Amino acid sequence: MPLIPIIALCVLTVAMALLVVRLVRGPTLADRVVALDVLAAVAIGFIATYVVGTGATALLDAALVLALVAFVATVAFARYVEHQDSPEEMVS
Amino acid sequence: MIANLFLLAGSLFVLVAALGVLRLPDLLMRMHAATKAGTLGAGLLLVAVAVSAPETSVMARAVATFVFLLLTAPIAAHLIAHAAYYTGAATLWDRTSVDELAEDMDQWPSWGPEASTE
Repeated sequence: MPLIPIIALCVLTVAMALLVVRLVRGPTLADRVVALDVLAAVAIGFIATYVVGTGATALLDAALVLALVAFVATVAFARYVEHQDSPEEMVS
Repeated sequence: MIANLFLLAGSLFVLVAALGVLRLPDLLMRMHAATKAGTLGAGLLLVAVAVSAPETSVMARAVATFVFLLLTAPIAAHLIAHAAYYTGAATLWDRTSVDELAEDMDQWPSWGPEASTE
């Protein structure tokens, strides 16, 4: 792999580590949801950088699927945060 | 090459977003860093793929992912911020000086989660 994508991957790894610290620390569920959302975006960027570095373009489909799943997960979490006290409403 | 430029810029934006999520003092400020810088960073990395792509199909997939990110990031951020603010999970920074939404909630108490329970 050329040098520049390796540098970018290292920077992205540092960013992921910082986000994991926020994910563990919290303090509320909403903070963790935000950290997870950004982690998914970083993972998408990681895949994109890897594709540029190696030319393994099949991995782009994984990035697209990751974007879809991350969005649905964030929406579901937001709904859960909002209706935590009244679970019977979450069904409707 | 221009793809390398996009790679470096994108990864730096992602790093700034992660730093913001870690260091900023309250939830809404963290979301401000996460949503804008994070989406732009990941988007720039996808643009790097699109620029360096050997075929049109690869470029199309990269652009599609980028557009999807741009469309969904504001929706997700709005939903989290709405949920966190109205449930009181988003305690604002103690040096926050303006909270216009709280004034509006006093004026029209039909807003917020109480209204949606009926």
